[in-house]
Amino acid sequence: MSDSESTDNRAARRAAVAALGDIAPEPGVAKPDPILTANGIRRAFGGLVAVDVEHLEVQRGTITALIGPNGAGKTTFFNLLTGFDRPSRGAWSFDGRSARRKRSYQVARSGMVRTFQLTKALTRMSVIDNMLIGAANQLGERMWAGLIPGLWRRQEAANRERALALLERFNLLEKQHDFAGELSGGQRKLLEMARALMLEPRMVMLDEPMAGVNPALKQTLLEHIKNLREDGMTVFFVEHDMDMVHEIADWVVVMAAGQVITEGTPDQISADPRVIDAYLGAHHDGAAH
Amino acid sequence: MDWHFIFSQALTQAIGPTMLIYAIAAIGLNVQFGYTGLLNFGQAAFAAMGAYGLALAVVAFGFPFWWGILIGLVAAVGMALLLGIPTLRLRADYLAIVTIAAAEIVRRLARATVWAEYTGGSDGMRGFSEPFFAMSPYNPDANWQFGFISMESGRLIVDFGIVDLQYSSRDLWIMTVGWILVAIILVLVGLLVHSPWGRVLKGIREDEEAVRSLGKNVFAYKMQALIIGGLIGAIAGFTFALSRANVQPDTFSTDFTFYFYVVLILGGAARLFGPILGAAIFWGLYNLLAQGLSQGIRAEVIPPGLLNSTQVGPLVFFLLGLGMVLLLIFRPQGILGDRRELMLDVR
Repeated sequence: MSDSESTDNRAARRAAVAALGDIAPEPGVAKPDPILTANGIRRAFGGLVAVDVEHLEVQRGTITALIGPNGAGKTTFFNLLTGFDRPSRGAWSFDGRSARRKRSYQVARSGMVRTFQLTKALTRMSVIDNMLIGAANQLGERMWAGLIPGLWRRQEAANRERALALLERFNLLEKQHDFAGELSGGQRKLLEMARALMLEPRMVMLDEPMAGVNPALKQTLLEHIKNLREDGMTVFFVEHDMDMVHEIADWVVVMAAGQVITEGTPDQISADPRVIDAYLGAHHDGAAH
Repeated sequence: MDWHFIFSQALTQAIGPTMLIYAIAAIGLNVQFGYTGLLNFGQAAFAAMGAYGLALAVVAFGFPFWWGILIGLVAAVGMALLLGIPTLRLRADYLAIVTIAAAEIVRRLARATVWAEYTGGSDGMRGFSEPFFAMSPYNPDANWQFGFISMESGRLIVDFGIVDLQYSSRDLWIMTVGWILVAIILVLVGLLVHSPWGRVLKGIREDEEAVRSLGKNVFAYKMQALIIGGLIGAIAGFTFALSRANVQPDTFSTDFTFYFYVVLILGGAARLFGPILGAAIFWGLYNLLAQGLSQGIRAEVIPPGLLNSTQVGPLVFFLLGLGMVLLLIFRPQGILGDRRELMLDVR
């Protein structure tokens, strides 16, 4: 990490903190420049209400964490926002456009890309192919154009160049010809993140990016996530690890039993008794999560 | 024992008309199953669409031959849409169940007595292949010799000494057209699977959710793969119908599909030349065993009490089945496959 980069990083963080500085730590509070706005999103599985979010805004250019105990509905909420699941009711908009009726692939095309809790590397494909498949608007991905290599070769070369640059940034360059299935768990996480960046998204949704990653790699991964903000992207991520949340998040949203119970800066959240209640149970008699 | 005859038969069939049918159908399956991971267990029905489309159009409705071909292809596309629209959004195994059922429905419909005046019921149809053989440049009365290749009243004989290849002029015409079709299909499929389009197919095979999360319309790609594989299946159906000069509903049973799978897995799935190699080996081996056993019985090398000539057929399939089991244990990736890939198949 060079000095200028970390300066940029600090500047990005300062901007994010400044934007969120004066906002009251209340559930559903309005933000100055929300990239994602969700309203009355509810998802019920039979009688069980998994998600029931009244209102939530995610500030552009920040790293926002979504935390909560197991079964709080974080991943379900993620699936709803990214079109991988349909809500029973509710509406949300991404970057000013309604995303409610969009299918998962349309959400991705509109600039909101997600990763998965259980990493989804395309195992029997090479690392570089995993990257190239991520590039958007490829002419060669149309069937008729696929038959005529001359039509897409130049675009492919440009995509490859971008993919190699990303692989280098994520320390995967030497692995480019290996099968993705041959990578370690942590490297797969890195690959998934790099692949998501091939789409040049404006918002990155990370579902438990630290799950199953060894401590040595955690720090690298944290830096990469911070770099996303530096590059102007908005990051929204689900996480269990409070230390990590404290280190990189600008804003924290806490979910419990399907609802947003509070939100605020990491410091405000750590001090909030409702959060401790949510994690440990209202009577403080349960074990830690 | 006539070893010359046994090996000649095996080699003749390893590149003959029957092998071509299986090779073409398996190329179609390769697009669907090998590259995209679609479990199509109804490839026989796609072949039936081709065969019956052609036969019905020409025999029952009196259309010209080429219209019959077109109708067969359109029917295959229709079948792919019919099967794909309800099932491709669901999990992969649903397509398997639906295709196997659909293939049986197609066979039952073809042998139904209700419209037997058109389809011929369980007897099937004949009399649609004349225009095809009329196009043949091979003279059934030709007699010539050029080195070790000779033509004796329309029968081509390629004599390599230890083995020879023999084909009738009709077989020769089927093979000429068949191998040209195989070449064209392989070039097109090769271009497709090595394009970004093919990369998306492989991605879908690995994890369709991941591909969806990258902004690809997975349903559309799966549908395209199903249609292309189905069209190739229909071409196999034309070859099948024309090489036999008839169509019979019961030849399009589920076994037909399973032999396509055997051929594909034997050669190596997701390998461009896998289906060709698989079909050649399958039919070469089949004839080697069948002719070898028959000759062994005739020459009394095999004691008469042990095996009689009517038992040869079932025994050959038993042996081929055993071979398949051993292949899957010791070389699950097929002959052309990459073992490294299979080791990764854990999610």
